[in-house]
Amino acid sequence: MAEDLEKQIAELEAAEDSEAVREEIARLREQLEGARGDQKLERGEAWERVLLARHPQRPYTLDYIRMLLTEFSELHGDRRFGDDPALVGGLARFEGRAVMVVGHQKGRDTKQKLQRNFGMTNPEGYRKALRLMRLAAKFSVPIITLVDTPGAYPGIGAEERGQAEAIAYNLKEIAKLRVPIIVVIHGEGGSGGALAIAVGDRVLMLENAVYSVISPESCSSILWRDWDHKVEAARILKLTAQDLLGFHLVDTIVPEPPGGGHTDQEQAAALLRDVLRAALDELRALSADELVRQRHQRLRKLAPFVKEA
Amino acid sequence: MAWFKKEKKPLETPADKKVQTEGLWVKCDGCRQILWKKDLEQNLQCCPKCGYHFKMTSQARLAMLFDEGKYTEHDAGLASPDPLEFTDRKSYRRRLEEAQKLTGMKDAILSGEGLLDGKPLIACAMDFRFIGGSMGAVVGEKITRAIDRAIAKRLPLVIVACSGGARMMEGAISLMQLATISAALAQLDAVPKPFISVLTDPTTGGTTASFAMLGDLNIAEPGALIGFAGPRVIEQTIKQKLPDGFQRAEFLLQHGMLDAIVPRKEMKAYLARSFRLLGAWDETAA
Repeated sequence: MAEDLEKQIAELEAAEDSEAVREEIARLREQLEGARGDQKLERGEAWERVLLARHPQRPYTLDYIRMLLTEFSELHGDRRFGDDPALVGGLARFEGRAVMVVGHQKGRDTKQKLQRNFGMTNPEGYRKALRLMRLAAKFSVPIITLVDTPGAYPGIGAEERGQAEAIAYNLKEIAKLRVPIIVVIHGEGGSGGALAIAVGDRVLMLENAVYSVISPESCSSILWRDWDHKVEAARILKLTAQDLLGFHLVDTIVPEPPGGGHTDQEQAAALLRDVLRAALDELRALSADELVRQRHQRLRKLAPFVKEA
Repeated sequence: MAWFKKEKKPLETPADKKVQTEGLWVKCDGCRQILWKKDLEQNLQCCPKCGYHFKMTSQARLAMLFDEGKYTEHDAGLASPDPLEFTDRKSYRRRLEEAQKLTGMKDAILSGEGLLDGKPLIACAMDFRFIGGSMGAVVGEKITRAIDRAIAKRLPLVIVACSGGARMMEGAISLMQLATISAALAQLDAVPKPFISVLTDPTTGGTTASFAMLGDLNIAEPGALIGFAGPRVIEQTIKQKLPDGFQRAEFLLQHGMLDAIVPRKEMKAYLARSFRLLGAWDETAA
């Protein structure tokens, strides 16, 4: 029920803006709150962030590339098996200087969604990402990664071709690259599938993005054996940008336009541009040795999450 | 339909009779035969009839790997402070306490240092009894420290995986362990000293997607379930039944993901031989 209403609302928000549409959305929202009963959403609650992070009109990776970068030339393939449309990458310029950009890509309409496999990457996608990142490192080009995926694709072929190995190998090899790496979690940070391109020197996270070890739906189905507790699961998983900043797992929260990135894509990109520039300037000042040393150090800051008994 | 109905009164055994046999026998998951537990223990928890590999506790695992079962344990006191204050139907603290009582461990991994065939070795073993061998910050930190130790002492490393993946109750902190451990292994690459990953039943999720697949050699026990996504998740996604043997060690070997499948009885000798061939214990200039 709630699911259908959310879908309808999203569809309407995507439609041509008019008084009638706005009224209808307001009506549906009331219904939605009624349908949820005691799970009534408060503004800023974790589940609302999940919905915003998945909003169908939110800018996707290629939108950010179009709005933030120039001279983008897409590079394809992992030179092993294939080219994964769910993960895109290529060389471009950010404010005049060369960068390598890689990111998960979702699709907006049904056809695109299928082509992009809903942003769920296969092993060849992760291997392409590493290939491009190594290429960048070889020629001292800084790397920007744009993270937005529900998770790595859980399919037979993905397992046969070593989904786990592809992710693991990325984590190890990206840690070695001797160029600045800036990670932008701009939509869904879906577990290992997100992390495979999210190891870097600065991790920026958009205000309404989420980053989690498991989706609230799956968490609910494991812990409560149903999907009815996803709102609660979203809350206890501590997956918002604010939560992650508190744990020092991200460095900076990037503000979004009021209401979320979908309300004004250009402004969303402009807000990201400023933070991106600052981070890139900071990192360019560091030597390659220092960069790699600090990257390893920041991963070791996790020790506060253990205690000596 | 009344004649099909059967009074479901459970058969009751007098308490004194129960005591004599309880816990002495176990049914094999492989061949369904009834086994005497002592036989199983003497056979390294492998079925004497069909060879099925039962799960091993981390204590038994390290005792099996190290000479005379002797080793020095490291970081035994590391425990989780429950950073998310996670509570679902039961609190994470409660789950931790229960697992600690069951296993006598603070978390899901045992870290040790001892001798393998007379030569020094660092080894860790995960314990499935502890919240499914799941990996939170403590598991991550203990593995990372073990890798640090291997680097500092220039010793080879074995990690025996047995885990459902990252631990949900520590959220994104668990997820980051994949990155932390993998980055530490990147540093071990530069030494270099060999790391052999031993994958046992089951090894899935974030554990597979980090150190378990990053061994200089990746070897598995026969029949072990190994994968990224769990079989149920895949079935739900593709809406088909999975083929027999999918994600088993033999399937992974066939698809080029493993160096070898090594039966438990041969494990220790296999590790020692591989480390020797790789020159793990040769004198180095450093």
